Amino acid sequence: MIHYFTTRLGSALITLFFLAVITFFTLRLAPGGPFDTERATTPEIQASINQQYGLDRPLIVQFADWFAGAAKGDLKTSFQYLGRPVSEIIFGALPNSLVLGGWALLFAVALGLPLGALAAWKQNTVWDFSAMFAAVAGVCLPSYLVASVLILVFSMWLHWFPPALWEGPQSYVLPVITLGLRPMAILARLIRASMIEVLRSDYIRTARAKGLSQGSVVMKHALKNSLIPVVTLLGPIMANLVTGSFLVEYVFEIPGMGKHFITSVINRDYPLALGVTLIYGVILISCNFFVDVAYGYIDPRIRVLEEGA
Amino acid sequence: MKKLFSKHPLAACCLVYLLFISLMAIFAPWVTPYSYETQIIADKLQGPSWKHWMGTDTLGRDVYSRIVYGAQMSLAVGVLTSLFALALGTVTGAVAGYKGGWVDQLLMRVVDLFYTFPSILLAILITIVLGRGAPGILLALGLTAWVTQARLVRGQVLQAKEMAYVESAKAMGVTDFSVVWKHILPNLWGPIIVSLTFQIPTNIMAESFLSFIGLGLQPPFSSWGTLANDGFRAMRAYPHLIIFPGTVLFISMLAFNYLGDGLRDLLDPQSRVGTGI
Repeated sequence: MIHYFTTRLGSALITLFFLAVITFFTLRLAPGGPFDTERATTPEIQASINQQYGLDRPLIVQFADWFAGAAKGDLKTSFQYLGRPVSEIIFGALPNSLVLGGWALLFAVALGLPLGALAAWKQNTVWDFSAMFAAVAGVCLPSYLVASVLILVFSMWLHWFPPALWEGPQSYVLPVITLGLRPMAILARLIRASMIEVLRSDYIRTARAKGLSQGSVVMKHALKNSLIPVVTLLGPIMANLVTGSFLVEYVFEIPGMGKHFITSVINRDYPLALGVTLIYGVILISCNFFVDVAYGYIDPRIRVLEEGA
Repeated sequence: MKKLFSKHPLAACCLVYLLFISLMAIFAPWVTPYSYETQIIADKLQGPSWKHWMGTDTLGRDVYSRIVYGAQMSLAVGVLTSLFALALGTVTGAVAGYKGGWVDQLLMRVVDLFYTFPSILLAILITIVLGRGAPGILLALGLTAWVTQARLVRGQVLQAKEMAYVESAKAMGVTDFSVVWKHILPNLWGPIIVSLTFQIPTNIMAESFLSFIGLGLQPPFSSWGTLANDGFRAMRAYPHLIIFPGTVLFISMLAFNYLGDGLRDLLDPQSRVGTGI
């Protein structure tokens, strides 16, 4: 187990390192720079700005400098918001994104789980078909369409919720639904598939033979075991939430990480873009890492297979 | 094909719909009343009418015509990026699976790296470097999709490698390349087609997503995503500008998904590719 754990941790750290390398050098390959302005500046001024921010040194030196800082938790200061440390900007934005993502995940589980269980329980009935249509639709709906319809109906016509911004729980509702819909659909489909498999197993037949009702078989016996494969899906679902949050934050004008990533990349604010990428990387890669470890724990066969190889 | 129609009528309908959309896109100039850039300022921001089936936008352009022309770009991007990913993934997967040993180890480490790499970040970075436009989009989406194909093909090749027909081909002195190309890969077309059917909509969606947040295709090109982006700004007063392109994309996504489900049942019953991820 320890060997498995350390190899997983090692590969997670290597991925994170490559993430930083690739982001750093791609940003530098991109045309344009952080201090390009509409007004023409003399080359001397440009050169002195570049010197001041250390942009005239060889790329590899700059990277080493940035990396050494990042390893100690220093992400440098932003170019765009002059003088503000990147970590300060990130810690201002991260809570908003985490709250959004957390509620969306909760929404997805709270709705996806019963939907999937219902579909498996009433397999091949109208319930099943409608639940599964809802799930397919949830995957296929472009989130900007969902957001637009929600804004039109609930804020333009009914005036229940504000159409944008991030001020208080009232304004959370529409973005959370928009973001949570896709993971909800994915979960529902997976739970249905896994529960149908579990319902065919021997111990369920025993439970039925004892005379338990279908409802109590599903809720008390099948549900727990059908949740195991869901663990593997945590990675893709987190990735989905992060990807979705870009669009949701853009549409609802939420001051979160996604907004900072897009603007910093467009403005070539190298330190901020790198910092945000790194945080995203840490979140996603640690999710994958925990999924791997949890899975190795739940299902020893995987661990043995890897250690043997 | 016959089996698809008799066993999975829904999937068959979806196939017909997708062919219909593709034909519309290919023959766009003949099936649209206006060009995608014709501006009739006098008619701007109208709702649906007989003259403009899906209304007009802020510049007086016909939304229906723009959606049909947008289909050209959306479908082309979806298909091309998926084929690119397929080619790259198949070669990598086949080499890794067939050669085994350190080649396999090395290639699979690279695949793992791409797999854990947050694909949206990669796609955004690539589009920034190559400029917002078709080449950037193609490379960005292709590079984020190929790992799925590589894993799929490697797994299949590993299984096929142990089969008797491969051994006998080898025993007869067939070269490695021919064994893979002529003997193993032709047996894999089922799973490959199924995964392609799920990959295309994923990429169409990703393109529309990038275009919607302003990092995708730029004018004069238009796709369903750029139309939705244009529409979103005027949505509050003129909802038809986003409802129509969004709905067309939604229906097409549904069609690809149901077609994929049907094809999987038919061609690749054991696999669970595309269960919604």
